[in-house]
Amino acid sequence: MTKVLMKGNEAIAEAAIKAGANNYFCYPITPQTEVAEYLAKRMPEVGGVFLQGESELAVANMIFGAAATGKRVFTTSSSPGISLMQEAISYMAGAELPCVIVNIMRGGPGLGGILPAQSDYFQSVKGGGHGDYRLLVLAPSSVQEAVDLMILSFDLADKYRNPVMMIGDGMIGQMMEPVEFPDKIESPDLPPKDWAITGAKGRKPQVVRSLFLDPYKLENSSWHLHEKYELMKKNEVRFEKYKVTDKNEIIIISYGTMARICQTAIDAVEAEGISVGLFRPISLFPFPQDEIYAEAIKKNIKEVLVIEMSTGQMVEDVERAVVGKKKVSFFGRTGGVVPSPEEVITQIKDMIRKKSKSKKKA
Amino acid sequence: MNNNSKTLFARPEAMTDVVSHYCPGCTHGIIHRLAAEAIDSLGIREKTVGVAPVGCSVLAYNYFNCDFLEAPHGRAPAIATGFKRLRPDMMVFTYQGDGDLISIGMSEIMHAANRGEKLTAIFVNNAIYGMTGGQMAPTTLQGQITSTCPAGRDLNETGHPIRMTELLSGLVTPMYLERVSVHSPQHIIQAKKAIRKAFQYQMDNKGFSLIEVLSTCPTNWGQTPNESTDWLEGNMLPYYPLGCFKDSFAEEDK
Amino acid sequence: MPGVKIDKNHCKGCELCVRACPQNILAMSKMIGIKGYFYAEMVDSSRCIGCQLCAITCPDVAIEVHTHGTSFALYEY
Repeated sequence: MTKVLMKGNEAIAEAAIKAGANNYFCYPITPQTEVAEYLAKRMPEVGGVFLQGESELAVANMIFGAAATGKRVFTTSSSPGISLMQEAISYMAGAELPCVIVNIMRGGPGLGGILPAQSDYFQSVKGGGHGDYRLLVLAPSSVQEAVDLMILSFDLADKYRNPVMMIGDGMIGQMMEPVEFPDKIESPDLPPKDWAITGAKGRKPQVVRSLFLDPYKLENSSWHLHEKYELMKKNEVRFEKYKVTDKNEIIIISYGTMARICQTAIDAVEAEGISVGLFRPISLFPFPQDEIYAEAIKKNIKEVLVIEMSTGQMVEDVERAVVGKKKVSFFGRTGGVVPSPEEVITQIKDMIRKKSKSKKKA
Repeated sequence: MNNNSKTLFARPEAMTDVVSHYCPGCTHGIIHRLAAEAIDSLGIREKTVGVAPVGCSVLAYNYFNCDFLEAPHGRAPAIATGFKRLRPDMMVFTYQGDGDLISIGMSEIMHAANRGEKLTAIFVNNAIYGMTGGQMAPTTLQGQITSTCPAGRDLNETGHPIRMTELLSGLVTPMYLERVSVHSPQHIIQAKKAIRKAFQYQMDNKGFSLIEVLSTCPTNWGQTPNESTDWLEGNMLPYYPLGCFKDSFAEEDK
Repeated sequence: MPGVKIDKNHCKGCELCVRACPQNILAMSKMIGIKGYFYAEMVDSSRCIGCQLCAITCPDVAIEVHTHGTSFALYEY
């Protein structure tokens, strides 16, 4: 398929259609409303369902109802809207309903701002709703990757019968980049959806529910969900490395567009003889814990530097992964302020200088 | 029974044989039966989906012989919207109490009704929160004692009880809105007609229907089942007048 | 000759049918069903007219109404 210059929001919309998800419920919120505007025209062309609900809360419940049919369905929103969806997301996890939810993040908390941020990491990865459940969370760093992960998300949602969330900061939605859509998508063999609600014709009635008044039944259900999340940890960890060599003095851990900014900084300091590697998690849950540990304990690595567009959220998971074997430090800007490569370069150089000074003292 | 014996009345096929958890004399059971009888008479059991609320009727799916979805508190109309939009060929009905529909779910029911979702909404008004043990609901009457208005509902504090069917009839889109009651056999017979028509309108793809059904709650009203029906007649009927508030196809039926 | 069949274990002893019966031939039994409710029972089946009002008002669909030989519909239910 030829390359097309496309805005992230629109590419995400088209990717969903390519994945056979022509059922979309939405509510307008900057910075992702273009998804809805694009699909308002596009869905009728593919005979799909498009509906703008009265609130993100209602929309998330419409997704629940639509997912119960067994068809592919998705919604997109941004941080405050995603907060309103948390109740329904918890219900969908509890009722084991597959769907895809995209969060094009903006500054928070509260009404926050409308510029890009990554301050919803905890909300998405640690579960923003009630109960023992997780979401499989993927984080693209380019419009092309957003397309690829969007298509993958639907397969993963069906494979694990669990909502999947794709989170990208505002830039993912707003920037235009050349993107290529696969011609034919062969879905892996996914489990049959015999749980779907199709009417009790020739079978006993089926119920999609998450209520288990009997504590032992609820416990069983929760451990069953837990097993799914363990399986995700085993099979669905995704990450990318950039210039990781055994000459690196520092390993940067960063995701989304923040990681691309770090790449520019890494290239710049390399020219000055400073070797820095980048480890970019693509799956935020399951978190690449073992892989990060493996990088951090390498002898050449003096320090781990976590860089996020937040006041520090993923850094806690990195600390958990490194278990104190190496110093983990953090640099972040938030509220919609996007760090420049120069700021990252300064961070790197400060660390190197501090390291060399402490060596002299010792 | 010899050969020319006939069954005049029996459990509808769309209703399971499960003994309900409802309190003795609670008229939820009657409303379930009326819905099941409508589903049977229209022959739609195998393509019907019910959406149960959070409240006493959260376990409704144990009593119906058709597929069901269990909605979060107040969200049944949104759940039903999502399902029906993808499966317009299937019959979708929501079953909600007054706390579920008017209180937490007011936004969802208003917008589902205003979009004209082709749903059949069954709304049970018993002027109290039943499952949680008898708290004040938006439909609790003035002076009515509940566990969260122990001195009787004070309108200066909480405003007036909400007449939901009248409120909905202020919207242009809904097709059929009627309030009925099930506190006596004669009222039950009227209620059955209304519920059946609401399902019929959905089969004919005509639009949004809601039936508000006045219902008793002996346990939380602190009365016997028979006393409750009298209390409903004497107190709820005056404030919640029965009747059809909107029926866009009434003339056609004549 | 119409008659009713009351399911002892579905009946919760709410007595709505007793009041609904125009013939006053339903009453609460001295015996209890499986859940411990005094169930309703037919006192004089010879006077049953098959009007179904008891079954219509029963919240637990515990009452079936049958008839043998000719029967007439008093109203449309």
